[in-house]
Amino acid sequence: MHMADALISPAVGGTLWAATAGLIGYSSRKVKQDMDDRRIPLMGVLGAFIFAAQMINFTIPGTGSSGHLGGGLILAILLGPAAAFLTLASVLTVQALFFADGGLLSLGCNVFNLGFFPCFVAYPLVYKQIVQDKISQRRIVIGAVLSAVLGLQLGALGVVFETFFSRISDLPFATFLLLMQPIHLAIGIVEGLVTAAVVVFVWKARPETLDITLASKPAGTPSFRKVLAGLLIAAAVTGGFISWFASTHPDGLEWSLSRSTAKEELAPPKKGLHGWLATLQEKTAFLPDYGFRGSKKEETSGDAWPAVDPGTSLSGLLGGSLTLITLVLIGVLLKRRKRHHAQH
Amino acid sequence: MPSIESTFFDIGTMDRISRQDTFVHRLDPRIKVLTTLVFIVCVVSFGKHDISALVPFLVYPLFLVVLGDLPVAYLLRKVMLAAPFAILIGIFNPLLDQEVLLRVGPYGISGGWVSFFSILLRFTMTVGAALILIATTGYHAVCMALEKMGVPQVFVVQLLFLYRYLFVLVDEASRMVRARALRSFQGRGSGMRVFGSMAGNLLLRTMDRAQRVHLAMLCRGFDGNIRPFHPLKARGWEVMFLLGWSALFVVMRSYNVPRFVGTLIQGFIS
Repeated sequence: MHMADALISPAVGGTLWAATAGLIGYSSRKVKQDMDDRRIPLMGVLGAFIFAAQMINFTIPGTGSSGHLGGGLILAILLGPAAAFLTLASVLTVQALFFADGGLLSLGCNVFNLGFFPCFVAYPLVYKQIVQDKISQRRIVIGAVLSAVLGLQLGALGVVFETFFSRISDLPFATFLLLMQPIHLAIGIVEGLVTAAVVVFVWKARPETLDITLASKPAGTPSFRKVLAGLLIAAAVTGGFISWFASTHPDGLEWSLSRSTAKEELAPPKKGLHGWLATLQEKTAFLPDYGFRGSKKEETSGDAWPAVDPGTSLSGLLGGSLTLITLVLIGVLLKRRKRHHAQH
Repeated sequence: MPSIESTFFDIGTMDRISRQDTFVHRLDPRIKVLTTLVFIVCVVSFGKHDISALVPFLVYPLFLVVLGDLPVAYLLRKVMLAAPFAILIGIFNPLLDQEVLLRVGPYGISGGWVSFFSILLRFTMTVGAALILIATTGYHAVCMALEKMGVPQVFVVQLLFLYRYLFVLVDEASRMVRARALRSFQGRGSGMRVFGSMAGNLLLRTMDRAQRVHLAMLCRGFDGNIRPFHPLKARGWEVMFLLGWSALFVVMRSYNVPRFVGTLIQGFIS
């Protein structure tokens, strides 16, 4: 579920880049502060471990398909949230650069979806609360499954929101949501079980390895009030995250509007308050809006996109093919010049 | 598992390509990183029904591929390997948006197909740009450029470490996978339970390795900093490279060059 550059708009990509950059800055400071430098090589090697573990696939019972380890949660369990976030961000960066998984602009989205939710939400609020300092096989399994499910559900939700606000895909919000969430419920359960299997193995073989994270903070007995406060913070963060998106949305819309009007005639004037209310309405009602837009498209499309007039689309085709031919010529010339240089 | 092994072997191929010595490879890594970012932002900022205006942007990857002596077929194959997600999401556009947007003779092309092809084009260009960046710069230099550009040092050190141990651990994992494949018949032993102990074992070995690495590093005076062997230095003309390309991107972003040319030709014909 890596987001791709091709599906996001600069506003969404930029927002999540900013959020991710902030989180990387925060985590770096945190890691530097409270870390014995023993953990720096450990982080690097564990990042490589995630890649290696992804090579070992396994069959999922009952389906015949095969899966592999995702990584966010297990890193959080082994390293703690901040170090795990950095490690996962580095894994995703390598994937973006070498395997073309996602892209550079959507790297922010991917790190946020796959890193922030498991490391900073699911792990501290679910896993840590369930396992506490009374480690047992049952607690590890329950905690891992629940937090993997939560992390992946939030991550999938992130993908849906990012796709929706970018407006590159025509997929309606609700359909996409119904497509993504159940699939990731299944993936989450498998991910949780696998994570638990690895953690239980390590815990049985060498129990002291799990102490790194538990010892880093006095786990104590988390009171009900603490859990409640945690949940409130999570709600505030989620709410802030969503409204943040919502507030960048009119920007994107205005941008695209101003762009299309700059090329063609002016669109029907969108006056101050009226236009603002219209966008507000548009973004608060996801679903009706979509049906509405779909049915009304025929009449309004004239000024919505520049390329409707058959005349301009023909010139676009002509010019496009000519540009392509020119590019090929440039390429051939460059190549020939290079060879020429090489001979001398 | 030949397919997986060859995918990872690919990292080695990219690494080798990035060690060439051409004009593009010699450019300061910061310049290439920044130019690539400007390129991607410009490409992504187009409306979803734009195709013709995107075409001129191909000039940048083309320029780098030719002058950097990069294997085109190999890069395209890598791009294709990553395409499924974009195609999966994009393919809904033709189904959902069936309004005719473009007419070529008697055939109407719906807005959905136009935007689908636009997505494919963007995908190829953005992903291609990232691959080309690595293929012309090399991972190590990109990391150094990131550090110079203000990315926290802890994160840069992490990126470098990850890459360094990737090859070692991937070799180890592929030996384990091969050993399991040789011992399992009719898929027995490939379930989650065995996976748990395999991955757990690998993890324990990994942690031991980390400890040995750390001790070895301490012996050699590691203090949290990684010092570059060649200090980065951007010369004047390299800055011009960045500014020139960025200016070109902005111009191509604001004016639909192909349509302009097409209108001119139509004017001549009629």
